[in-house]
Amino acid sequence: MLTLEAFDVVVEDRQILRNIHLSIKPGETHVLFGPNGHGKSTLLNALMGFPRYQVAGHCWFKGLDITSLPVHERARAGIGLMFQRPPTIRGLTMREILKLCAADGVPVEDLAAELRLETFLDRDVNDGFSGGELKRAELLQLLVQRPNLALIDEPESGVDLENIGLIGRAINELLGRREPRPADAECRLKQAQRNAGLIITHTGHILNYVEADVGHVLYEGRLACTGNPREILSFIQKNGYGECVRCLNHQPEERSRVDA
Amino acid sequence: MRENVQILRRDQGVSFPALLLDPPLMDAGDLDRMSSVGVDVQCRGRSGNFVQVDHRVLQAGAAEPGLEVMSTSEALQAYDWLTEYRWRAVSADKDEFTRYAREHARHGYFIRVLPGARINHPLQACLYLGEDGLTQCVHNIVIVEEGAELNIITGCASGPRVGSGAHIGVSEFYVRKGAKLNFTMIHSWAEDVEVRPRTGTFVDAGGTFISNYVCTRPVRHLQMYPVSHLRGEGAVARYQSILVAPPGSRMDVGSRVVLEAPATKSEIIARTITTGGEIISRGHLVGRVPGVKAHLECRGLLLAPEGLIHAVPELEAQAEGVEMSHEAAVGKIAPEEIEYLMARGLSAEAAVSTIVRGFLNVDIPGLPPALRDEIDRAVALSREQGA
Ligand SMILES: Nc1ncnc2c1ncn2[C@@H]1O[C@H](COP(=O)(O)OP(=O)(O)OP(=O)(O)O)[C@@H](O)[C@H]1O
Ligand SMILES: [Mg+2]
Repeated sequence: MLTLEAFDVVVEDRQILRNIHLSIKPGETHVLFGPNGHGKSTLLNALMGFPRYQVAGHCWFKGLDITSLPVHERARAGIGLMFQRPPTIRGLTMREILKLCAADGVPVEDLAAELRLETFLDRDVNDGFSGGELKRAELLQLLVQRPNLALIDEPESGVDLENIGLIGRAINELLGRREPRPADAECRLKQAQRNAGLIITHTGHILNYVEADVGHVLYEGRLACTGNPREILSFIQKNGYGECVRCLNHQPEERSRVDA
Repeated sequence: MRENVQILRRDQGVSFPALLLDPPLMDAGDLDRMSSVGVDVQCRGRSGNFVQVDHRVLQAGAAEPGLEVMSTSEALQAYDWLTEYRWRAVSADKDEFTRYAREHARHGYFIRVLPGARINHPLQACLYLGEDGLTQCVHNIVIVEEGAELNIITGCASGPRVGSGAHIGVSEFYVRKGAKLNFTMIHSWAEDVEVRPRTGTFVDAGGTFISNYVCTRPVRHLQMYPVSHLRGEGAVARYQSILVAPPGSRMDVGSRVVLEAPATKSEIIARTITTGGEIISRGHLVGRVPGVKAHLECRGLLLAPEGLIHAVPELEAQAEGVEMSHEAAVGKIAPEEIEYLMARGLSAEAAVSTIVRGFLNVDIPGLPPALRDEIDRAVALSREQGA
């Protein structure tokens, strides 16, 4: 689904990501760990194609070289991003933006109800939303957009214990990791089963709700480690990032590459 | 002039459209221009109608009881008392344009709602420049008597044959005790037209005056600074304006409200966009007695680097305990907002139009649907020029 080769990202003349090799296959969910400011959001934003991220190397999506594709064409090709810090858009209501990004036949109202956002439909996009509400509103937009690759930036930060379950369910639905509701079950299952995800998490709480296949650590702009997500998480929790990376620094660079 | 004016009533079984469309009094190009400023040329759902082309009144009439519509010159003959209202809310000596109007005004509309009459449908008035190189000068007077209510949609435009010209319009509005006037004015002039509206409003106790103004088309120089005097306890005035200045246009537009009585309230909201032209967006609130409340909000969007928006918000408190505030912001569209919508699949153009429409999303009743296209067109144009 997604393949990065020797992917570098420069922002404002500063190199943030170096030599990233990554492959996400259809149906896979990957998680990304890493200290603050080490480039996790940068990776997601660069994958979405925002112009202030200058990239080198290659980026393939569904077999297509998208390295120089503009943002909206990536979105239309099936990449969706849950923003860490979404902007407020005044004068545009949630209902309107959902209509703008909805794939055909998506039951917008039902999905809004599932995320307990029914009463938000007539509010301006993100205007005055609380931290947790922003997360749900982002996920609602993605659910409506139905991307094949969902880039999810810190879905659980600032979310209370009850809502985290809600968010977990929404992500599962997005990634096709839950029995879809009977209505259009078959088509959604088929379409969703091949969906892939890349989720940034600090706490790993989301792993209690969403089953991930592969974990990575992004450290100082490099993919420093790849492996079982739960094992990586518990290693980081015990020993910290520094230790985690030191152990891996002994290993050849190629270890960070998972071939598809 | 009188023979041009037909007073029509629903009970006579006569409807307005016959006048404009059958036989056509204007050609299709003119009717299109009128429609673009919110005039329904078939007059559907209108309580009254007033159409003046250049110096000639083509149509004036009311279709609901309690409503009077005629040319001001006719009204001055009909009502001796009207001189009391003339040059009261606007001073004849205010400037060269009012002095010109004192000598040269031809017609304009006189609209009056009788006490207690609540007019259901909007009334439409159209002041139209048909001939090139002409100066149209009108004097309008609107009186909404005690407890009455009226909604006016005024469309002012110049015709396809007009390159240059001038429109000078003196308007005096009287909103009496407990009355309500909702006044929406849409302008569409040509590149070389000078426009000088001069408007004053008196609002008595418990009265409400709502003024909406929209101008998105080129104009050489538009300058206006309407003023409302809230003279009675609890009177309210609200101004909303939308301006889009294309390259070569100069728009100097403000709204001023003088809060002269206890418990009066006011709000002034301006949304301005330049696609290359120059806008001065003014607002002035004057609080003369304690306890009044007012807010002023000027927001401007620069869609072209050569455009200019100058926001001049002014607050003047002349008494203690006056509660007045303002908020002004001028800038470009935040790239994050465009990127956000693009990440949802919108093209850059569609994202900008969506944000601009959101920016302009103030609630103005009776706005023609064509205005939305108009705004999209202005946005598309600015992008072409920017590219
Ligand atoms: N537009 C920018 N201009 C300058 N520096 C930037 C810009 N965007 C990102 N950076 C820098 O790039 C680095 C990586 O940022 P990024 O947002 O990717 O971190 P992160 O790993 O997502 O961190 P967090 O866990 O705190 O969200 C940071 O040092 C950040 O300040
Ligand atoms: Mg981040």
